[in-house]
Amino acid sequence: MNLAKSRRKKESWDDIIFDLICNVLVLIVVIAIAYPIYFVLIASISDPKYVNFGDPLLYPKGFTLDGYREVFKNREIWIGYANTIYYTVFGTLIALVCTMLGGYALSRRDLPGRGIIMIFFTFTMYFGGGMIPTYYVVKNLGLLNTRTCIIIMGAVSVYNMIVVRSFMQSNIPEELREAALIDGCGNGYFFTKIVLPLSKAIIAVIVLYDAVGMWNSYFSAMIYLQDKNMHPLQLILRRLLITTQAMASDTTIDADAAAEMLDLVQNIKYSIIVVATAPILCVYPFIQKYFVKGVMIGSIKG
Amino acid sequence: MYKMAEGVKDAAKKRKRSYTLKLMKRNWLLYLFLLPSVLYVLVFNYLPMYGIQIAFKNFTFVKGYAGSEWVGFKWFIKFFESIQFKKLMVNTLRISIYSLVVGFPIPIIFALVMNNIRNLKWKKVVQTITYMPHFISTVVLVGMMSIFLSPTGGLINRLLELVGGPGNIHFLGKASYFPHVYVWSGIWQGIGWGSIIYVAALAGVDQELHEAAMIDGANKLQRVYHIDIPSILPTIIIMLILRCGSIMSVGYEKAYLLQNNLNLETSEVINTYVYKMGLLNKKYSYSAAIGQFNNIINFVLLMTVNKISRKVSETSLW
Repeated sequence: MNLAKSRRKKESWDDIIFDLICNVLVLIVVIAIAYPIYFVLIASISDPKYVNFGDPLLYPKGFTLDGYREVFKNREIWIGYANTIYYTVFGTLIALVCTMLGGYALSRRDLPGRGIIMIFFTFTMYFGGGMIPTYYVVKNLGLLNTRTCIIIMGAVSVYNMIVVRSFMQSNIPEELREAALIDGCGNGYFFTKIVLPLSKAIIAVIVLYDAVGMWNSYFSAMIYLQDKNMHPLQLILRRLLITTQAMASDTTIDADAAAEMLDLVQNIKYSIIVVATAPILCVYPFIQKYFVKGVMIGSIKG
Repeated sequence: MYKMAEGVKDAAKKRKRSYTLKLMKRNWLLYLFLLPSVLYVLVFNYLPMYGIQIAFKNFTFVKGYAGSEWVGFKWFIKFFESIQFKKLMVNTLRISIYSLVVGFPIPIIFALVMNNIRNLKWKKVVQTITYMPHFISTVVLVGMMSIFLSPTGGLINRLLELVGGPGNIHFLGKASYFPHVYVWSGIWQGIGWGSIIYVAALAGVDQELHEAAMIDGANKLQRVYHIDIPSILPTIIIMLILRCGSIMSVGYEKAYLLQNNLNLETSEVINTYVYKMGLLNKKYSYSAAIGQFNNIINFVLLMTVNKISRKVSETSLW
């Protein structure tokens, strides 16, 4: 206590200036990151006539929910939403099962052939067949333009499997298994009754990683799905936000309404961004520690 | 004598083999656990590798692997001789080296700076906010960019106008701006997330070192330079190896979304070209050859960087 006080008193000008610079830098970064996100949020509920000039806003101006009304009326977005939820839930589930089972098996030092199997997996992290040969395989399996394809394509992430393996190697003591073995406990029983309950943290990490990845991906859907009714939200968003200018195209409207609509378009875009991103951004601060944990475990991989 | 030793060795070998067999039998369920993943990797990673042959063939979906005739290095040569080759290489390298040079050190600097914030609550807020963009999808990010970077009433242009800019810069419509737009939007999205690993490494720095240095009269900047940075150097090197290994694989998902006819001169990278050639223009073999060329360079790069690093610093991936 006394030591700390005297140290603080002794703090030199160098250090005070250094602290100041650090804090200012951090503040600048925080504003640069937070403001665009905040702007989207307030622009989505502001009157388009204030927003469309691009003047920086600090609070909503001319409150309106027209943008959201249009978004909620748009069928495409809801189909996309439903598809994305479907892909995310089942894709994550399958990926989780594969990753946990595989990761656990690879964590066992008494598994003959473990080294070779590891090489078999890790090689694919550094080398692959490429886009066209993969597409051809998917096509030959009859998976083109099917929902199954999107769910399966992300089922095994070798990186995640190695993360699970490292976690289990350091968190499931070898002695525990030996003791269980002596008690006549088989591998299946040991895995379900002891390993899984001890692995809640890593399960959370894998679920979150896979779910966010699934939710945000668009490329494989763009390649493998033609049927618009199967498109996930991100592909719909791509059409609405990037490739086309207006979403008025699917509703027939007269000229006056069209002009008004044009004014609304920007507002609608802001609303779309909020609707599409809100679920993840709202949940994420509460589960942040699991993501961070995932990065940590991943970084000390074997 | 000699024979006896041989016999003992044989017995030991036999015992070892039978032990392995016993382990395999006892752990049969573990192989079953691995089965789904092995099958997946076999089908979706190794089968496509067998398909690399189409880069050396005149391949069409109708003819299949067996029915397509070999053409040797025809497609590779065609690519090297095409006007696209130089452009794609330059664009890809420009963007990835720019990302590496700017995007690699910035999260490290940010972590070092953040490490000096004493107020833990504020630190927590900073982390929560700066990690956030990582969770915004590429599509939404590019959507936001197209709004903010718009030449008519875009936020960025308005802000630049306040400090004397022209106010109508078409960021996405001019080829020379594309690398900056690509790299700096990446930094916006990745600065916080990229710093996590260094923040953790910094948390593990021995506090006694700092105390000893303080007694010797070192100020904070000197301690950052002489203690913090050397302590996290192994982490930095591993991350650098990983980055160098993927130098030829620009984030094509983002590049593809940012592309338009006006900026294609600098925004077309190898992977987006592979996609367009292969799946949109249906030149399968040509596209596969380009993809394979890229793949091999990546592989060689990773191996080389890893080897150099192992020699120089005894830190390597494997």
